Amino acid sequence: MSASPSLWTRLSNPGHFLRWSGALMPWLVAVSLLALCLGLSLSWFVAPPDYQQGETVRIMFIHVPAAWLGVFFYGSMALSAIGTLVWRHPLADVAQRAAAPIGAAFTIICLVTGSLWGKPMWGTYWVWDARLTSMLVLFLIYCGIIALWRTMEDPNRAARAVAILTLVGAVNLPIIKFSVNWWSTLHQPASILRMGGSTIDPSMLYPLLIMIAAATLLGVTLHLYAMRTEILRRRVRTLTIREAERLDAGAPALVPGPSAGAAPLGQAL
Amino acid sequence: MIRAFRALVARDLTLAARVGGSGTLSLVFFLMIVALVPFALGPDLNLLSRIGPAILWLAAVLATLIGLDRLFQADEEDGSLDLMTGAPAPLELVVLAKVAAHWLTTGLPLALASPLFGLLVALDGTAMAATALTLLVGTPALTFVGAVGAALTASIRRGGLILAVLVLPLMIPTLIFGVSAAQSALGGTVPFATPLTILAALSLIAAVIGTFAAAAALRWSE
Repeated sequence: MSASPSLWTRLSNPGHFLRWSGALMPWLVAVSLLALCLGLSLSWFVAPPDYQQGETVRIMFIHVPAAWLGVFFYGSMALSAIGTLVWRHPLADVAQRAAAPIGAAFTIICLVTGSLWGKPMWGTYWVWDARLTSMLVLFLIYCGIIALWRTMEDPNRAARAVAILTLVGAVNLPIIKFSVNWWSTLHQPASILRMGGSTIDPSMLYPLLIMIAAATLLGVTLHLYAMRTEILRRRVRTLTIREAERLDAGAPALVPGPSAGAAPLGQAL
Repeated sequence: MIRAFRALVARDLTLAARVGGSGTLSLVFFLMIVALVPFALGPDLNLLSRIGPAILWLAAVLATLIGLDRLFQADEEDGSLDLMTGAPAPLELVVLAKVAAHWLTTGLPLALASPLFGLLVALDGTAMAATALTLLVGTPALTFVGAVGAALTASIRRGGLILAVLVLPLMIPTLIFGVSAAQSALGGTVPFATPLTILAALSLIAAVIGTFAAAAALRWSE
């Protein structure tokens, strides 16, 4: 970020961002689709069924990438939150806002596939296992962040509030993880998940790594797309406010007129 | 600075004691939840005494939420928050004073009353003392975490529900260590001091993060 500030500044200008991401988008879509096809076909046809778990082990190829992306997007949101609070960069806020629903979606995919996997393996859809519980708490925090966004109308105020909440959550997540581990080992023997002990065989590891890479590509593509949509949405909002101000010219200004309109115009997205 | 702190605490304590304050109300709510649990689980005293510390802790978490949405909102509405923001005293000190006053009117009474309510769920003497001690050590963490949510939702109408959604996941560690400390006093492999010191650490961490984050949220909400 600090290596070439001029390049970074140019890339992160919202107008420039729309241009270069628009040019990049078809390529990213094509590459992530290809990688996804490759990863899925490898995990469906090439990877062998597990000697104990049978065919159900293939759920792993969706489950693990989804879990990784759920955590990855929270990390990128925390970085964006720093960008919002320190530099007040509008694109940081846009990035954070676009990341939240995608991260929440991958977390719920991880939870659903995990419980579908748990039914044949553990005999129940839900176990209060430490990892499952941590992911559930992560999902709840995502929900809180999205809910806070939806209650605040002014995007600039919402951006700062959500950035603070994201950072507080980021500090708390390791503590939650630690305490849930403590709680889980206190309540039940930690022998349910066998996967941590044994290393994965290469015949399954490579499809898994390819799936993780493909899912990350897919996630980044979705994120860039959502960022473009968010920028356009804010432009529409600014244009609507300007139009209303133009129509109101001469007439006494309405309550939400200049006071609420000045901030987004000043940001000039 | 000490004088400003003292004046703010005294002001909030007076407000909580007057009509419309939530001082005694959260205590009544605490009692209400403790009384509701036997209706749901049945009047089996053995079962109740086993899960008694958990009931008291859950009730404490919920009772802490009750007054939280008005912590900064009341001052935001009548304009006194603007005066505090503009005052020479740092906003962090204001937050600290308000949270301290809030804890003195909710967390401390809850901890002090918990032995009494422990009688209702058939706790013995050791368990009562242990639960009261864990509540005394742990409720500051609940209040400080809640203060962040209260500051974020200060200017939102009907912020109570969103406040609960925001802060409850962050209260999970406190709940875990509070209950496990209280349970370990009843016996078990874990010594009582281990979860209790972690609980104290959680309170201290929450005091630092909560104060700065709440002050930042109030400052940037303008």
